[in-house]
Amino acid sequence: MSLDKQDVQKIAHLARLALTEEDASQYQSSLSSVLELVEQMQSVDTDGIEPLSNPLEMTQRLRADEVTEENRREAFLANAPSTEAGLFLVPKVID
Amino acid sequence: MLEQNISSLVQKLRNKEITSVELTQSYLDKIKELNPSLNSYITVRSESALAAAQKADEAIQAGTAGPLAGIPIAHKDLFCTNGIKTTCASKMLNNFIPPYESTVTARLEQAGAIMLGKTNMDEFAMGSSNENSHYGLVKNPWNTDLVPGGSSGGSAVAVAAGMAVATTGTDTGGSIRQPASFCGITGLKPTYGRVSRFGMIAYASSLDQAGPMARSAEDCAHLMNAIAGFDPQDSTSAEVDTQDYLADLNKPLTGLKIGLPKEYFGEGLEQGVADAIREAVKEFEKLGASVIDISLPNLKLSIPAYYVIAPSEASSNLSRFDGVRYGHRCDEPKDLLDMYMRSRAEGFSKEVQKRIMVGTYALSEGYYDAYYLKAQRIRRLIKQDFVNALNEVDVIMGPVAPSTAFAIGSKTDDPVAMYLEDIYTLSVNLAGIPAMSVPAGFSNKMPVGLQIMGNYFAESKLLNIAHQFQQATDWHLQTPSMEKGA
Repeated sequence: MSLDKQDVQKIAHLARLALTEEDASQYQSSLSSVLELVEQMQSVDTDGIEPLSNPLEMTQRLRADEVTEENRREAFLANAPSTEAGLFLVPKVID
Repeated sequence: MLEQNISSLVQKLRNKEITSVELTQSYLDKIKELNPSLNSYITVRSESALAAAQKADEAIQAGTAGPLAGIPIAHKDLFCTNGIKTTCASKMLNNFIPPYESTVTARLEQAGAIMLGKTNMDEFAMGSSNENSHYGLVKNPWNTDLVPGGSSGGSAVAVAAGMAVATTGTDTGGSIRQPASFCGITGLKPTYGRVSRFGMIAYASSLDQAGPMARSAEDCAHLMNAIAGFDPQDSTSAEVDTQDYLADLNKPLTGLKIGLPKEYFGEGLEQGVADAIREAVKEFEKLGASVIDISLPNLKLSIPAYYVIAPSEASSNLSRFDGVRYGHRCDEPKDLLDMYMRSRAEGFSKEVQKRIMVGTYALSEGYYDAYYLKAQRIRRLIKQDFVNALNEVDVIMGPVAPSTAFAIGSKTDDPVAMYLEDIYTLSVNLAGIPAMSVPAGFSNKMPVGLQIMGNYFAESKLLNIAHQFQQATDWHLQTPSMEKGA
């Protein structure tokens, strides 16, 4: 499986990563070699085999719908790059 | 070399032969001496460590001390520590101060352990050499031209060079076992779900597992007693009773059935490593074990399956780093999309970006079945191999890695060569079983790790087997001379 530069830019866009032209050609070869490695899987017959997502095959545990956390707004805002009036601040989204 | 035997240190602290303040100070001195050359710590917490040691001494005096009271340890910088910078070795989290504490670090603090600091690692736990850290590479104390292994390289070096009694690590594809092997220490990756993932910065959630790294199996058992067990805050925590991991250490190994998978002794295995492992197995025969040749036919498929599943989960987990709530934000973003794209491109290293993109591709529309689901089907085949083998034998043994520690820079240009390093460790994470790395000799003057793999929740048995080996051999007591360069 070999990717062209456009494929790489498309994947980078989906992953929300800004790539320069130079980055894109580097990733073009390194991503292609990883995909070549994982291509080995296609030679294996896995018909009728169920996918395994949790090694212990546990199902998601549910908890009672109760408030268990206290409000720690200030503590969580403290790590944000930009805040105002108790809110996370981001670039203008709607004009 | 400072003493690194927890049982004996606990005894000396209780008998007032030493104080925790003295012990902690001696470790802080060692860090000051060696860390500039080895770079195993990202953060050292001298003041808070000494304050905690003072409290531990008081608790010992008052008779209220926990089982690990006064023992100086360190944590991989991937466990969130309340109020203490936690970077995951990434520029992305260069200024991240968690407002909460991981379960692992909380439980060790509860047990009385003293935290010396946070250890270096491959960024976001992605790597097998600890060369991929925003805070610089870590060097192997046995030979500073060589890598310590990764991703828990800083934790392995801290123990190997005597800069902590024990450390915590995490293992997604070998990240406890391989650096333990390269640095000549003992490490345990527990069963998936045995130790809580709460407060661990996630890499691949269905594979990640925390565990202890220390000089000996007995010391690992001490740490397991503190960290193992159900945690309601981790949605995949196993609701399975824990044991006293020290209780079975002295059981004799008579009648133990060891399986040797032929796939672990094939092409690509360094001769010196193979010889050391064969010698170790002979030692087990002397201790009353019998050896059976077995096969894990799908071993080779663990590499492609892992390098789809882990990056896919990483791509999803690392989407939380968006420059909004925490982490790096680019300068003067012109709009929301620009902020996401530049913040992430600036905050993540190339290796992390590459894995995110592999995962994004594998999960994208039209490819999900061919990559992610296919890898999960193969994952079941790999698990089934282990289940079948462990119906026949009690434990499986083999090397941890195909070679001893390799030269710094020797594999950085060839990602696939680096990925192949993990051939003997990845399958264990895919299956979710527990496994250890135990020092078992030397090849090219560098430590060789024996891997012991067991059944689900058989940590006690693995520790028992490793401990018996360490009663009969002294590989785990060998320490680097630190003459060369460091």
